[in-house]
Amino acid sequence: MTPAIETSDLTLRYGNFTAVGDVSLRVPTGSRHALIGPNGAGKTSLVHALTGNVATTAGTIRIGGEDVTTLSQAARVRRGLTRTFQINQLFRGLTVLENVSLAILERERKTRIFWRSAAADRAVAEEAREHLAFVHLAALADRPVHSLPYGSQRLVEIAIALATKPRVLVLDEPAAGVPAAQSESIFERIHALPRDLTLLFVEHDMGLVFRFAERITVLVGGRIMTEGTPAEIQADERVREVYLGRRRQHGAA
Amino acid sequence: MRLTRLGAGLPLLLAALAGYFLFPDYLTLFTSLFILAAFALSYDLLQGHAGVVSLGHAVFFGTGAYTAALLAAHGVQEPVTGLVVALLVSGLLALLLTRLVVVGNDLTRLLITLGIGFLMLEAANQARWLTGGADGMSDFTMGPVLGLFRFDFAGETAFFYSLAVLVLVYAFLWRLTTSPFGLALRGIRENVRRMPAIGAPVSRHLATAYTISGGIAGVAGAVLAQTSNFASLDMLGFERSAEVMMMATLGGTGSIPGVVLGAAGFSYLKDALSAVSPKYWHLGIGLVLMASVFVLRGGIAGGFTALLRRLRGRA
Repeated sequence: MTPAIETSDLTLRYGNFTAVGDVSLRVPTGSRHALIGPNGAGKTSLVHALTGNVATTAGTIRIGGEDVTTLSQAARVRRGLTRTFQINQLFRGLTVLENVSLAILERERKTRIFWRSAAADRAVAEEAREHLAFVHLAALADRPVHSLPYGSQRLVEIAIALATKPRVLVLDEPAAGVPAAQSESIFERIHALPRDLTLLFVEHDMGLVFRFAERITVLVGGRIMTEGTPAEIQADERVREVYLGRRRQHGAA
Repeated sequence: MRLTRLGAGLPLLLAALAGYFLFPDYLTLFTSLFILAAFALSYDLLQGHAGVVSLGHAVFFGTGAYTAALLAAHGVQEPVTGLVVALLVSGLLALLLTRLVVVGNDLTRLLITLGIGFLMLEAANQARWLTGGADGMSDFTMGPVLGLFRFDFAGETAFFYSLAVLVLVYAFLWRLTTSPFGLALRGIRENVRRMPAIGAPVSRHLATAYTISGGIAGVAGAVLAQTSNFASLDMLGFERSAEVMMMATLGGTGSIPGVVLGAAGFSYLKDALSAVSPKYWHLGIGLVLMASVFVLRGGIAGGFTALLRRLRGRA
């Protein structure tokens, strides 16, 4: 079967600095795949390159078998590859419902319409409310996004992405910046996503990674160090060293 | 229900009509107000809704003015026809310029639009054979509107003609800004970085907005040329570009009725302050502008909203 994501020798360089080097990643359809690694390992850079935020220096990216390497970010979204951001990228002045509706309207190419009211489109509003119900935000639909607590804003971030109806969803630290109790519930929602949706997520909390991921890729210095099941990664001495080594450094500092 | 949805539009229209009966000697002043309001609305589609600034919007206003004047000078004297042609010409010019304007950030946009403004001004100045250069164009006569209403000395036709244009522009932009396209523009304003991540064609949205905005600015300019029987370089100059930005700021950028009030307020202030001190009226305008940003937070519209909220809170 064609994998949902397949990169070969994906490289991203900024001048002399190689942020991502020769990454060949295969994520089968429907899998829950985690991307881990110490700070500066190139996880977010890989997400940027994968989703088209930045142009790659070398290598190819295939989504569902189709080569998307040269496509723009928006074009990749239209082919079913959507991302969320580590730092909220929301439409802060708009209501929660508008945030999600906008993504639906863009998906259905209805944003060309300028002669009808946006709010009067019942089908769009209904679908937006379904996405919000999924992330338990239905009650806050009419509030401006900036007035929501940060944890809820993280869920809006996900709801917007869901409204693009992705086949592959790339989540860049979906629980970044929220207290541990809330990151649990955010991951519980991610876990509840339909099984045919392919998930690739970056996460720092190893507890969450080992619980929710089926496969894990470890990135160090922009390159893949190893890949395996949670049990394999947990048992891997080198991985432990990368993390514990860093921790020791922090302790000494 | 329908009426309440129109919001402040109806009271504003009634106020304009009341002006006709209460101040019959000031019809020309009202006419210029309506024109400026339509121009400011066209500009605020960019700044207030799409979050794209421009310091050269008078280019389209002036293009519309010259288009209307040239048409009339060459035998097409029916005003509405002139408006339609001005709409198309200015809109087309805006579309051609989008590539330059849409790329980059606010700072580059300010500089590029400023540069385009200076270039157009100089081009119009040099093309004496076409535009009359620094002397302007006044060698044309307008026919009756739709072949029915002749422009009169009291300015009654001009009053209703320009008011009709303002009402149409107001209604059109109100509809547009509440439409899915309008929501996409607000999305660009609120977070241009997220837009591609939901599959939005940002450049195309901005090109559309810019074209529409330029076209409407051209209509406003055409009405000014037609009702004043004059087209001149100051209609596409920097000062006019800067003034329209001040009107939007004073009124409350992003609010359609606010911008209309901003245009009226700005013209009144300019008039009143230059009567107090012909030399230092800019100082007064500057102080009021600062107050509208820092004290009212969001101009007249922002102050009004804050007041309503406070009244509701007390009740």
